[in-house]
Amino acid sequence: MSEEKYVPKTKLAEWFDSRLPLLSLSHHLKSYPTPKNLNYWWTFGGILTFCLITQIVTGIILAMHYVAHTDYAFASIEHIMRDVNYGWLMRYVHSNGASMFFLAVYIHIFRGLYFGSYKAPREMIWIIGLVIYLLMMATAFMGYVLPWGQMSFWGATVITNLFSAIPFIGESVTNWLWGGFSVDNPTLNRFYSLHYLFPFLIFGLVILHVWSLHIPGNNNPIGIDVKKGSNETMPFHPYMVMKDLLALLTFLLLFFGFVFFLPDFLGHPDNYIPADPLITPAHIVPEWYLLPFYAILRAIPSKLGGVIFMFASIFVLVGLPWLDSSKVRSATFRPLYRKFFWVLVVTVILLGYLGAKPPEGIYLLLARVATAYYFIHFLILLPLLGRYEKTDPLPMSISDPVLDKPGVMDKFKEMAGKYEGENVGTFR
Amino acid sequence: MTKEIKGKRRDFLYTATYTIGAVGLGAAIWPLVDQMNPDSSVKALSTTEVDISSVERGKTITVLWRGKPIFIRRRTKQEIDEAAAVDLKDLKDPEKDSDRTKNPEWLVMIGVCTHLGCVPLDNKGEYNAWFCPCHGSHYDTSGRIRKGPAPTNLEIPKYEFVDSNTIKIG
Repeated sequence: MSEEKYVPKTKLAEWFDSRLPLLSLSHHLKSYPTPKNLNYWWTFGGILTFCLITQIVTGIILAMHYVAHTDYAFASIEHIMRDVNYGWLMRYVHSNGASMFFLAVYIHIFRGLYFGSYKAPREMIWIIGLVIYLLMMATAFMGYVLPWGQMSFWGATVITNLFSAIPFIGESVTNWLWGGFSVDNPTLNRFYSLHYLFPFLIFGLVILHVWSLHIPGNNNPIGIDVKKGSNETMPFHPYMVMKDLLALLTFLLLFFGFVFFLPDFLGHPDNYIPADPLITPAHIVPEWYLLPFYAILRAIPSKLGGVIFMFASIFVLVGLPWLDSSKVRSATFRPLYRKFFWVLVVTVILLGYLGAKPPEGIYLLLARVATAYYFIHFLILLPLLGRYEKTDPLPMSISDPVLDKPGVMDKFKEMAGKYEGENVGTFR
Repeated sequence: MTKEIKGKRRDFLYTATYTIGAVGLGAAIWPLVDQMNPDSSVKALSTTEVDISSVERGKTITVLWRGKPIFIRRRTKQEIDEAAAVDLKDLKDPEKDSDRTKNPEWLVMIGVCTHLGCVPLDNKGEYNAWFCPCHGSHYDTSGRIRKGPAPTNLEIPKYEFVDSNTIKIG
């Protein structure tokens, strides 16, 4: 199924489209050819779009009732929870929505890692995606500060103090970020302003992300190029739209399972204590989605070193399209990479677990090993694999792995026969 | 010949325009950046006077200065001796106890861990002085870093004894 050019059906449509080609754009989005073998791991882009819109809508509503001032912020959150009509729902959807957003983005990123979606010609999609991910982390961090509870305050203190590790200018930079000499009202105010701005920057970048996707088209589980204009692709609407919708509805079961039954499970009880600059909680932990980076930060026995390694763990991903020099995209045909991929997944989950534990004894030792392995995977293993790994033969077409299975055609004829009756003879 | 001169003249004009433009842009951006720095009202709160007459030996009081906790500890004889007896070679950030106090009985420090800004707890840790619960830094009875990830000793703010019962911080 190839993409056909939009042909206006009415004079009005023609008039409009020749002046502002929105109808052409809409036609393109509907008929955009997608590989017919996309599996459910490919539905997370749609789920993420849903998450972003949900966060923006609930966020705008919360902003109508929230007060960004150290004296009122905590009380205004309780006001939202107790007094505002459906305020509890808006806040729980927004706070759990952030967690669901990260859950989906991690699956989306690991999908890309497994199937080699970052490789040529899709490097720009990958890099824009990483910028979105960085902005997501900044947005989530600043959002967590707004309720002005104990974890808000001390999380903000610890994270902004990371910048004090910069030699010479560190202190000026932190004072500039704070607008004072500690995290205080000016800090809360500017975080609120930026927390409102960043989602719209993310929205803009999502448009670029999709735009850069629509030039080469989707990667697919087999990882070979699909022939555009062949029977290897299907129009996005209705086929992918329906698949995305089913995945989204399943995802929403989990999402609203948290919202309605475990709304505070992913948060921290200390954040229901108002911020107190004189008392640090016994264990400061960031939200679960930042824990792997927190573990890396604490694994390095030097303040500046920890900060450098933490940022490097994200920036190393920018170089991934060039570090992984293997021409084969999908891990399906890379027997060694496939194993290392799962080791990496386990390493990242382990780092997340260790980030929640105190940095001492066996926890600290494991965090150091895991941090070392994380960098070894990207900087040493991937370049070596690209050179020495013996990959499995690639199929000629994305249809082959399905059609080559023994008995497939007979089964297909039998199934088709049930639907089509005697017309089955017309199938080849 | 004339063409070449004209070209050079045009190049010069372009370069001059870009330069002036860049300077103007920089000057316009600076206020947008500087507005985030500590403002006059924040800076105005830069001194605090503390009455220390009721502090007993071996006790610490914590006061807020510029939004940060300040520890004022009236040290015991034993703590002072312990702090003075430490060999500077054993220290990560070598500093004499006598350089950290104006009166050895009174230790005045910013109560912010130099690692990532948490508030250390007193009478805790391996030196029975200060211990940061966030990432495990141990400080001695002079507030010097002895063990853990913090890079430097607890900072000493600018302060003075106004009279024997009052300290002015800032």
